[in-house]
Amino acid sequence: MGEDGKAPGRREVMRLGLAATGAVALGTQPAAADPRNLPPNVPPWSKGLGVGVGSAPYGRPSPHEDHVVRRTVSWLTATPHSSVSFTPLQALHGTVTPNGLVFERHHAGYPLIVPEDHRLMIHGLVERPLILTMAELARFPSVSRLHFIECTSNTGMEWRGAQMNAVQFTHGMLSCCEWTGVRLATLLAECGVRPQAKWLLLEGADAAGMTRSLPIGKALDDTIIAWAMNGERLRPENGYPVRAVVPGWEANLWVKWLRRIELGDQPWHSREETSKYTDLMPDGKARQFTFVMEAKSVITDPCPENPLSEHGFRMIGGIAWSGNGKIARVDVSVDGGRNWRPAELEQPILDRCLTRFRMPWRWTGEEAVLMSRAVDETGYVQPSIAELRRVRGLNSVYHNNAIQAWHVSPAGKVDNVQLG
Amino acid sequence: MSSLARAAAIVVALATVTPSASAERLGIGRVPSPAEIAGWDIDARPDGHGLPRGQGTVAQGLKLYDSLCASCHGDFGEAVGRNPELAGGIGSLTGPDPRRTIGSYWPYAATLFDYLRRAMPFGDAQSLEIDELYALTAYTLFLNDLLPTDGRLDQDSIHRLKMPNADGFVSPDPRPEFPPKAPCMTNCTSEIRIHSRARTSDGAGGQAR
Repeated sequence: MGEDGKAPGRREVMRLGLAATGAVALGTQPAAADPRNLPPNVPPWSKGLGVGVGSAPYGRPSPHEDHVVRRTVSWLTATPHSSVSFTPLQALHGTVTPNGLVFERHHAGYPLIVPEDHRLMIHGLVERPLILTMAELARFPSVSRLHFIECTSNTGMEWRGAQMNAVQFTHGMLSCCEWTGVRLATLLAECGVRPQAKWLLLEGADAAGMTRSLPIGKALDDTIIAWAMNGERLRPENGYPVRAVVPGWEANLWVKWLRRIELGDQPWHSREETSKYTDLMPDGKARQFTFVMEAKSVITDPCPENPLSEHGFRMIGGIAWSGNGKIARVDVSVDGGRNWRPAELEQPILDRCLTRFRMPWRWTGEEAVLMSRAVDETGYVQPSIAELRRVRGLNSVYHNNAIQAWHVSPAGKVDNVQLG
Repeated sequence: MSSLARAAAIVVALATVTPSASAERLGIGRVPSPAEIAGWDIDARPDGHGLPRGQGTVAQGLKLYDSLCASCHGDFGEAVGRNPELAGGIGSLTGPDPRRTIGSYWPYAATLFDYLRRAMPFGDAQSLEIDELYALTAYTLFLNDLLPTDGRLDQDSIHRLKMPNADGFVSPDPRPEFPPKAPCMTNCTSEIRIHSRARTSDGAGGQAR
């Protein structure tokens, strides 16, 4: 997706600081409160009994938060069975994505697998092939790691120009979870890897039989075969009962509903690593096996969904991440990238995990362009969209980690723009 | 481990993976039977690994394609709606609207066989016989002028067939493209120019096709 965005239709020049600062019609106002519940009155929930324990054996968010949901883009795909839903980054806090809001990407719908009837098989260039029940898999020594997961196509609709006026759609193919499972290296030790083995094929049990080739170095380094996310078993749409977790690398490799791992001496060149998830360059050649998700950040407040409703103090906040390690710093600009200030980073800063940043701001109604720029521990600086386009052109679809710009109007409206 | 050290470790591991047979086994699970492995081992590689014996013709593929595939992919592989386009697009990869079809983009015919076997027809995967899969592969290649009307395909001819874009892919990954630098903090640009503005807040009214 994303390859279809049209070239921007117009160019505009904005001169910051010239905008009127007089009385303005401000943006969205919160729903009006019922004065009968406000002091000096006492609301009914302070008088009568509440809901008893056990009434919701599996708890749900407050009904007043029912707008915080995954959303889809209707025109993006031919069918909901091969499609994507987006995480509502604009409404999340901290760094962990609630399980019900983790983005989805399926190629043939998500299967409803009976765990007793599922097996994980490992074969190929091993001393001893292995087949495991899910109960047997869970007997292996486990690890738990916090890592972001990002679709290779995240922000892919923005290559040719600003398109989606919502952070949920520009950046929402991104989530972050605590993953629990067994290191793939532990499973491979159980099988005994033959010296000729250089690549692994990971295959899903869905009706797409999704397959990707994984270099054995990554498999032995930090890849996890996971059965849990955020403390509970995987959700069906996120791979139940077992999936791959490939830290810092594109989410397409994190094969869900994992049923089979084959070891071989070369990559398989499956459909998903040739006709898709390859990056077309201006010379007509395509980069293949571009695994790492490079450093990136985005301001989630303000953003198009979170406009400015009143003058005064506002904490600019957002998230940063890198597939190459820890976030070292994030700089924030409110004047379209002319000047930058270092943001404060929320602790702990974890390897290949979302990191929160924030910077205090006092808005007095002036026009502004908000941007964030991440730097990771390798010294890599998040590029501008212009820098990316100079190298990769307009048609590479994947791996768009450009700096995001949000334009703030004097009325407090926030819009997705690209600077050129 | 720092990420640079990790990257180095991955490279080393790629070069010198040693058998871990000496590691202590936990003794969990069992060895699958050859029949169990064969039932699930459906992958086929461009070098011929995994390609089952079988054959099919363009003519046989035409009948299958018309009844199973054309409703989504079109009579000539031109695609219906947003379903994938299968044919055409040769020469478009350097243009403003590249079309990544089997003929213009896919580097290997064996990948097509592998994908058809595991994922197609959409919603009825793994339902076709091996010979039917060769026939469908042959017909899809015919739609791209890569096989003649009387063409046929089997486990040997499939990887002798060189696809037009076979040399169109490069690896390893050349990134990072931008070397580490001290980011600019003050007076970094003289003029702020808005290049484009988003046109849609959600998918409902979007103009992009």
